[in-house]
Amino acid sequence: MEMRSSLAHARGLGAAKEGVGHWWSQRVTAIALVPLCIWFVFSAIALMGADLATFQDWLRPFGNALLMVLLVIVLFYHAYLGMQVVIEDYVSGEAAKVTVLLIVKFALFVLATSCVMAVILVAIGG
Amino acid sequence: MASTERPLSPHIQVYRPQITSVLSILHRITGVALTVGTLFLTWWLVAAAYGPEEFTRAQSFLGSWFGHLMLWGFTFALFYHLGNGLRHLAWDFGLGFELPQVRKSGLAVVAFAVVLTLITLIAAYAAGGGS
Ligand code: HEM
Repeated sequence: MEMRSSLAHARGLGAAKEGVGHWWSQRVTAIALVPLCIWFVFSAIALMGADLATFQDWLRPFGNALLMVLLVIVLFYHAYLGMQVVIEDYVSGEAAKVTVLLIVKFALFVLATSCVMAVILVAIGG
Repeated sequence: MASTERPLSPHIQVYRPQITSVLSILHRITGVALTVGTLFLTWWLVAAAYGPEEFTRAQSFLGSWFGHLMLWGFTFALFYHLGNGLRHLAWDFGLGFELPQVRKSGLAVVAFAVVLTLITLIAAYAAGGGS
């Protein structure tokens, strides 16, 4: 007997009908977040109590702006996937689950977009 | 999908808390806490785009005693979640699955989180962040 499920069988399974794609995305974002978060902690230490001019000078170089946008995108995607699992586990009842999922996912999407917009405005403006 | 009364697992009330289970739920708690923390990250970045007044407001909130307390909390949550996340990734590669190893790596993650949080705090205050 074949002890492993075939890929075709695994596709589309799970509470969210996403098969293993969700699991993989959670891992890939987790690995990317390790260096990004370490960079962020170093940066945040350097920026504690900074005024806006200092902050702008720090964010304006392309490298820092790019890393900040990358961090924001990967972090919100990881949180989005993670919160989905938590909600699926704890919110019972299909209607309530779908509602909470929609609200949280929409909120995270708006936050992520706001962050990206803000970084771009600071980086090109002022 | 016949029944909505599906069995729950595990019955938390009859479980004795163990290092494995406590650390496991802590990963989830820190993940959710960090997700809440994204509100402050967003505020900080958006404030910078709004202008000096709003940015000063955000910075002085983060610089208040409550802001500091919160940032310490997020720092610990981040390092715990990062360390334990790496532990999860090791498990995904099939490493460290024996129970004694699981206990040992769990304690290592807690030590890692505490030490890195302390180092970060010291660095932050040494960098003049006390203001
Ligand atoms: C710093 C690097 C990070 C790593 C290495 C990491 C790693 C992981 C891993 C491996 C999981 C899956 C755990 C499982 O399968 O049960 C996970 C879950 C999660 N992560 Fe992260 N993470 C990181 C940062 C973050 C950040 C910054 C946030 C929030 C903004 C976050 C929020 C979450 C949430 C909400 C979950 C779901 C928790 C659960 O299902 O119990 N993570 N993380």
